[in-house]
Amino acid sequence: MNIEKFIQEFTEQFDDLDTSTFTAETLFKENDEWSSMTALSIIAMVDDSYKVRLTGDDVRNSKTIQDIYDIVLAKSKL
Amino acid sequence: MQAFIKAVSYYLPQQRLTNLTLSALFPEWGVEKIANKIGIDTRHIAAEDEFASDMAVAAAQKLFVEHNIAPTEIDFILYCTQSPDYFLPTTACIIQDKLRIPVKAGALDFNLGCSGYIYGLALAKGLVAAGIAKNILLLTSETYSKFIHPGDKRNRTIFGDAAAATLVSTDGFAGIGEFELGTDGKGAENLIVKQGAIRYPSKNADSVNDGYGNEQSPGHLHMDGPEIFAFTSKAVPSLIADTLFKNNLDKTDIDQFILHQANQFLLEHLRKKIEIPAEKFYIYMANVGNTVSSSVPIALSEAMNERKVRPAEKWLLAGFGVGYSWGGTVITFNKP
Repeated sequence: MNIEKFIQEFTEQFDDLDTSTFTAETLFKENDEWSSMTALSIIAMVDDSYKVRLTGDDVRNSKTIQDIYDIVLAKSKL
Repeated sequence: MQAFIKAVSYYLPQQRLTNLTLSALFPEWGVEKIANKIGIDTRHIAAEDEFASDMAVAAAQKLFVEHNIAPTEIDFILYCTQSPDYFLPTTACIIQDKLRIPVKAGALDFNLGCSGYIYGLALAKGLVAAGIAKNILLLTSETYSKFIHPGDKRNRTIFGDAAAATLVSTDGFAGIGEFELGTDGKGAENLIVKQGAIRYPSKNADSVNDGYGNEQSPGHLHMDGPEIFAFTSKAVPSLIADTLFKNNLDKTDIDQFILHQANQFLLEHLRKKIEIPAEKFYIYMANVGNTVSSSVPIALSEAMNERKVRPAEKWLLAGFGVGYSWGGTVITFNKP
């Protein structure tokens, strides 16, 4: 797993927002497009690409892309 | 005695809630984009003075007319709802009277949501197999619109009201196979109307934001969407595998998969995960939304209208959701 690829896959879940400035430290909920639908898209992407099941709480308790990445990393080692 | 599905009909309330209306109510919500992802254009909503039992009666009357069935033939009513008329008596008893089904018929309610139709088929099959009843009227009806907070745009976009009526009998067009059922009450909190029943009788309508801009309250329907999504991603692939195993079938033996029509985004995710070809995976949601326990019979009925079913086709039916509760079975269409 690497963070650059993860950020790319993460930002693909946003349809309209300009995500070119997104980094690992971006607060990904602080924009107009963030919704429960985006949350679902991210859970689905992580399930597809990493075979890891994020919970609703995992997303709720995360602020940055790095936070999500760390959870995926930890869960993929289980 | 083997049990068969003999007839299926459904009823939709007249009033419609379109994406256009939703986008006028919630201009910031971007409903077109979201509705496009979840595959829903219109939902039907029960009138203020129309209740789940009225819709169930209407669905049964359609079944009687469309399939030339007399109410006197019915010897058991199974009514699946989470929106009963009263705490007591059992709504199925009221339905018996309204439909003029003989007083010698048995009747009971059972409370399940999106898995309800599969459980209903299982119960009906049991009644037939044990020789307890011969013509079971299985009714599913739900009015989640009455549970949803007016400001809960997400749930208003997803759920539609509907009722379906199915006749399970000793003969019919498709035999009912083996069942896989499951329950995990640990998920109860994630899809719940917490107040208004016995444990928390008084309703507190003060709304709280669910963290995604949807207003919900303990007196209204609460759904943790991401949590439900995570549950189904985990539970449904094994449900399908175990249902196939119980029926001694492979995935390739199934001609049509009809899953609970939760929303298109979730269904597509599941379809790819389970590796089901799109042409064998039926979706019928655009005009009705997620109709909870009626979604499987509505999709079943539409799928049979849409194309000519070949003899001996095998269709897998599966439901999953609130509880958590899930179930699957296979129906086999008759040979010529």
